[in-house]
Formats: sequence, C-alpha cells, structure tokens
Amino acid sequence: MNAPVKPELSGTDEARGGAPLLSVRDLVTRFRTDRGAVTAVDHVSFDVRAGETLAIVGESGSGKSVTALSILRLIPDPPGSIESGQILFDGQDLLGLSEAEIRAVRGNRIAMIFQEPMSSLNPALTVGMQVGEPIHQHRGAPWAKVLRQARDLLGRVRMSDPDARVGAYPHQFSGGMRQRAMIAMALACDPQLIIADEPTTALDVTVQAQILDLLQDLAKRANSALILITHDLGVVARYADRVVVMYAGRVVETAPARELYARPRHPYTRGLMASVPRLDGDTAKRLVPIEGQPPDLSALPPGCAFAPRCQEATETCRLSRPPLRAVGTRHQVACTLEN
Amino acid sequence: MAEPLLRVDDLKVHFPIEGGMLLRKQVGSIRAVDGVSLTVNRGETLGLVGESGCGKSTTGLAIMRMLTPTGGRIAFEGQDITAYDKAQMRPLRRRMQMVYQDPYGSLNPRMKVRDLIGEPLVVHGLASDRRAYEDKIASLMRTVGLLPAMADRYPHEFSGGQRQRIGIARALALEPSLIICDEPVSALDVSIQAQVVNVFVDLQQRLGLAYVFIAHDLAVVRHVSDRIAVMYLGRIVEIAKRDTLYRSPQHPYTQALLAAVPVADPVVEASRSRAIVSGEVPSATKPPPGCAFHTRCPHAFARCRTELPALRDLGDGQAVACHLDEANG
Repeated sequence: MNAPVKPELSGTDEARGGAPLLSVRDLVTRFRTDRGAVTAVDHVSFDVRAGETLAIVGESGSGKSVTALSILRLIPDPPGSIESGQILFDGQDLLGLSEAEIRAVRGNRIAMIFQEPMSSLNPALTVGMQVGEPIHQHRGAPWAKVLRQARDLLGRVRMSDPDARVGAYPHQFSGGMRQRAMIAMALACDPQLIIADEPTTALDVTVQAQILDLLQDLAKRANSALILITHDLGVVARYADRVVVMYAGRVVETAPARELYARPRHPYTRGLMASVPRLDGDTAKRLVPIEGQPPDLSALPPGCAFAPRCQEATETCRLSRPPLRAVGTRHQVACTLEN
Repeated sequence: MAEPLLRVDDLKVHFPIEGGMLLRKQVGSIRAVDGVSLTVNRGETLGLVGESGCGKSTTGLAIMRMLTPTGGRIAFEGQDITAYDKAQMRPLRRRMQMVYQDPYGSLNPRMKVRDLIGEPLVVHGLASDRRAYEDKIASLMRTVGLLPAMADRYPHEFSGGQRQRIGIARALALEPSLIICDEPVSALDVSIQAQVVNVFVDLQQRLGLAYVFIAHDLAVVRHVSDRIAVMYLGRIVEIAKRDTLYRSPQHPYTQALLAAVPVADPVVEASRSRAIVSGEVPSATKPPPGCAFHTRCPHAFARCRTELPALRDLGDGQAVACHLDEANG
C-alpha cells in the first residue's frame, strides 16, 4: 500500500542510541479538588526512542494516565493544568505549541488508544468514517479516498472482511473488533508515537494477547515508538523494552525490562513483584503483600511517598524526597537507600 | 468417601429472550449454564475460570439459589436445595455466603461498618446479647485485619482493599461452611490484591472454609485453588487438580488460556511458545453446534462441528470434554 511518506526522523543510528523521539522533562500536572490542589504528575522525566516499547506501570492514582494525557495536552482545564516542565517531541516542545498546532500533532504524529473502545467510538458514525477521520482531518483527503484507506487499515489490523466492516457501526462489533478499529484509527496517519492507555484491560485474556501482539507488531514494523500504560506486570514483561515505574505521581524507578525484573532496586518495585502471583510461581509460598494503603495524593508525606508503606524506611526517607539517580546503564532509582 | 459439601449435577440456567410488541413471547433462550456438574469438599477451594459469558458467575448465583435453575440438581450439606423457596433457604444462608467483586457497590453507604458486619447476625436473630454481639463484631474485624476502633466509620472512609475486608467479615459473621467468591480481588490494586488473597488463604486454614473462587485471573486462581474447572460458553471443558491443570492442560481452550496469560518475567516470556488462539467467544444466544470452541480451535475436525463432546474422566480427578483427546487417548 502507498502509505504517506513519513517525515524523516533523527536518523536510525541516532534513534537507536542518540536523541530520543520523546523526552519528558520535569513534567508537573496539578488538579484542583475539593480537598485542595493535588499534584497528579510530580516532576516526571523519561525518554522514548523510535521503535521502542516503553511501559509505564503503576496502580490507580500513580499518575500514569495523567502523564499520557499531558503529553497530548488533553488535560481538562479546569480543574487540571500542566504547571511546568517540557515535553520535547522530535526536538519541539509540545507545551509551547498553540492549540491549532497541537491539534495538528494529535492523531497525526502522536496517536492515542484508550481503554474503553466503546466510549471512544461515536455510535452514530460508521467505523470506516471514524477510522479514516484522521486522514481527512490531517491530510485533507476526500471522503471517497479516505474510506478506501480506512478499508486498507482495517485489513492491516487483521479484521476479517474489511469491505463489509467499513460500513458497519460500532455496536455491531465485539469488544476485540472495536479495539482493532481503534488501533486502525491510531495508525491512520502513520504516527511516530502511539500511546496506549490500558488498551486491553476491558478485554478477555485470549483477546488481550491478540490485540497487544498486533499493536506491537505494527508499531515495530513502522519503527514507531509505543508507550504502553498498564498495571499488569505480566504484560510489561511480555511487551516492554523499557519500563517506568510510577508511584503517587512520581517516577520511582526506570530501567530496561530485563534489568528491572532481574534487579529491581526500589522497594516499591520489589514489593509489586513479590505481591503478584505468577503462573509459574511456587504456590506453597505466601504472597508478600505491600502493607498499608494506597497513597492519598492530597496528604503525601514530605519525604518519599512510599515511606509510610516501606519496610526499610528510615528517618531520612520520611523527611527528604529522594531524587532519581543512576544506578546502572539506563537504570535509575529514586530511593535514599540506594546511595 | 465422605459426601461432598456441595454437589452440583447437570446444572442448567437458561434465560428467556423475549420478543414481540404487545404479547411478549419467548423467541429463544440464552443458555448461560448448560449442564455443569461439580463437587466441592469441606475445606477445599474450587477455582472456576473462563472468559466473559462462560457462565461462571451465573453458576455461583445458582448455587446460592439467588437464581432458580432451569434444570439439574444442587445439593448442599446433604440437602437437595434445587427447589427450595426463600423460607426453606433461610437457615441455609447461614452456611453459604457470598463475597462480591465490587466492594463499592455491595456495601450500603449509609450503614456504619459495625452494622454492615452485624446485619446478618441481626437478621438471623443472633444479636440478642448486646455484649456478645459487640465482641463478635470486634473479633470479626480483627479476623480480616481491620481495627475494631474503625467500627463506627462508613464505607466511603475505607480504601478498596479495606472495603473488601468488610465484605469478607460480613460473609463470615454467620460462620458459613462455604463462601462463593465472585471475582473478589479483581477490582483491587495489585499491591492490595495480595493482602486480600492472604486473608482468604488464612481464613481457610483457620476455619476450614470451602470456597468456590470465581475469577478470570488464572494466576490468582492457581494460587488459591485445590482444583480448577475451566468453563467455556456455559459448560465445563476441563476440570483437574490445580497442578495437573497447569502442568498438562488437555483441552485446547485451557491450553490457549494459559498461553495467553503473560508471566511477569521477560526472560521466561522470551522463550515461551505463544500459540495465540484467534477470534472471540461467540454469542451465548447462538452457541456453535458441536463443541462450542470449534470455531476457534486450531485442532478442530469434522466431528467437533456436529457432536458435543462429553466430559471424559482421565483419572486422578482430571476430566476433559474434547473429541481430540478421545481420538488420541
């Protein structure tokens, strides 16, 4: 198929080792709530390279989804606002763009896939129109051509009988087919970066495997970067090249996936791994839960946010907030105990 | 062998599909549960797994007699309860309890924790002695890892994991012998899931409870269960002891389910075979003829498309419903 020519990236050599495609620096996103201002994303920094799959893993309230929405500047204001930081995409700070300029990026060079495909699709429009809409919007293609391309896209996401599906409505689709349509829509303009926020949480496990395999395969083929937001450590192990672990709005650890699982350094990362039963784990062993309750973002302690639940926490941990520090090649940890 | 605590024989739960404008008439039926047989022994956990629409939750509700079965037989503690009415079920409600998925929706927000946990005692007339009642509530709270000092708080003041503990304390109040747990940890954050799973495991050891543990998370089910039944479109396709099922799954669907679940270890994942089954679960209103899994099965042959395979005993507690297995065996 004759896909539109991709804008030149920073060169393959560089993409592999040099300049990242996306570089988030000291991002701070706050929300005003009844209980005062809450910092949902608190000085978050990470990089994503072309062709790479980065997983952002965390529990509810960790700020992983707000980070994703901040990248595309989709934070509803009010009550939210991006307070500071930089989001450098292909060398350009997305936070400095006008509303029209960021709209030209969304769905075009950066695409997003959400958890619930049913609420992201318009029930009154055909699937073909929605899948092709980004092409119409960003390339100005006429609808007849858009629908032909939408048909090709549905074929690319391996939907059976794409000729018939193009004219169908979302309610005629199963959950898995809707998510395939969302992926087709995301791919429409050959994005350099795809952000998928819990894309398979609402799906059955056999369908989850189909969708994530498809998504990663298509991203790798196009050398697009993929940010996969998830709470599932199994999904991270299967798909991620690199991992960012978030807790209470902060990055607590980041490392290549194999390194992270082999040598988790932050007590929270270690705690997560010990608390999840594994399909190949020892069933005679008790699970080791992380004690205590999830953090309350409106009442965080002054020091490390994990300190109240950390078995190893010291006075220093409770009082001063540990910065993210390198402990190995591309491995960083925010923990006072790692000094 | 002793009589099992629970025996379910050929359970069927069909929901009517109605059509027509004025005169509602039945135009079809959804066979949510279609011929399920299982047993649960005292102190044992039976895991019930499968994807959406497989009938695992409906099976749980039918065992609790919150639904009337269309067919089959349910025996609990030696009594046939299949046709029991509300009044007949009432004394048995003390012996079988349920813990739900949603710790937000299943607790009355206007009731204090004390009253939520104590309500079953009041309903069953076991709260006459005020002092003993208060002691019982405090003891139940400690049992599930809540501080008795929190008894006067309301559900919204608790986190998800704590609310699930309240739900468990409530289920324990009447000292049941069986608890049906329907996705009891799936709404909880990962770090909290383990706390609640451990509460279930500890209670079983201390109180000799039996569980029917319904969940879609195969790793959690494996961790808590002694035996596991795998369901697909209203039927059990395979049932086996926990380790047998995970070590040598016989049904192609069981194999597909296990292959689809990622293991939290990149090294293991890189070397695992990934036989991903295609397609999705068909609609329960029009289940495929023959073996319901044949539309997705990589090994299906002519017989699978026409003839329903019966559950065949393979010995050592393992049974599988598959023609392929019979052809090979």
